[in-house]
Amino acid sequence: MKRIEVLKVVGARGGLIVCNLGFPSRELFSQSDKPSHFYMLGSMGMASSIGLGLALSQKKRVYVIDGDGSLLMNLGSLATVAHQAPHNYCLIVIDNQCYSSTGNQPTCSSGKTDLAEIARAAGISPVKVLGNLKDLEDCLDLHHEMFLMVVVKTDSSNPEVPHIPLLPRVITRRFMGEVRRSEK
Amino acid sequence: MNPHIDSEIVTIMLEEKIDFICSVPCNMLAGVLNRLHTLPIAHIPVTREEEGVGIAAGAALGGKKPALLMQNSGLGNSLNALLSLTKLYGLPLSLIISQRGGKGEKVSAQMPMGKATPNLLKAARIDYVRIKKREDLIKMRRMIRKTFDNHRVTAILLLRTLWDETH
Repeated sequence: MKRIEVLKVVGARGGLIVCNLGFPSRELFSQSDKPSHFYMLGSMGMASSIGLGLALSQKKRVYVIDGDGSLLMNLGSLATVAHQAPHNYCLIVIDNQCYSSTGNQPTCSSGKTDLAEIARAAGISPVKVLGNLKDLEDCLDLHHEMFLMVVVKTDSSNPEVPHIPLLPRVITRRFMGEVRRSEK
Repeated sequence: MNPHIDSEIVTIMLEEKIDFICSVPCNMLAGVLNRLHTLPIAHIPVTREEEGVGIAAGAALGGKKPALLMQNSGLGNSLNALLSLTKLYGLPLSLIISQRGGKGEKVSAQMPMGKATPNLLKAARIDYVRIKKREDLIKMRRMIRKTFDNHRVTAILLLRTLWDETH
């Protein structure tokens, strides 16, 4: 499975998306750019935390696209996420076992580290580990109004995608407009 | 510690419409944090200051007025996120910081960050005020207002002398 295929599935669902920096955001942008996408450009490791603050502050479904390397940079977040567990929060960790935006250096999840087990031990439930797109779609459908974490294993390829041409403050302005518009 | 000061700090935060708080504990902030627990306001204890910056950024995107309560040592743990997330995207955040490492500090490990904190804030172009005594609390109020009126990251350094005064 490729990361860009996962992003296509998540991007088609509606809801707000907080997307990790580097290739994931560039791929999501190239697939379909929407005001409901918050593209991270820096602050590696913060995706799951930004998504948590967003989920606790408004009612719309929040999908977080995180990566193995980024999550490993902010493992404490899993404890806070488990402790808060907002029902509109869905954390999707794309685990390609490497830092693919910087030249495919291996992460610890390529070896003994099991991110799903770490999350469960932190108190997150349910945590689903999925290996194909059909299972991912079914899982997101089944849990569409529930707190959820998914770990999706992908290969480490990066397609040719452009850099995001939007200014950060433009991303903020249109995203916040979407949050307000979407409030029930 | 002086409970009247704790109450005044919380009152200013509420009157200035702060409605989302992340915190990493410090014994200087213990009285403030205890009061926040009893209020109907979102208060998220976090594992590390940088994580609090991330959660507060998400809350700001969701329309909230966030604050992060921490010790000045936490500034070192959170600078990159403050700059490449909160500032870069023009999001507001009020940093309410207990300033350790000053006069009368008993823990030697607090001294290096205590000395560096104002310079780090200057280098990061984060406006700050130092609150030394009760009369300075008006500056805290003004700084919080500036934070949310202008979508800025700002810092309020609370010095130990603020609580040591007798009233």
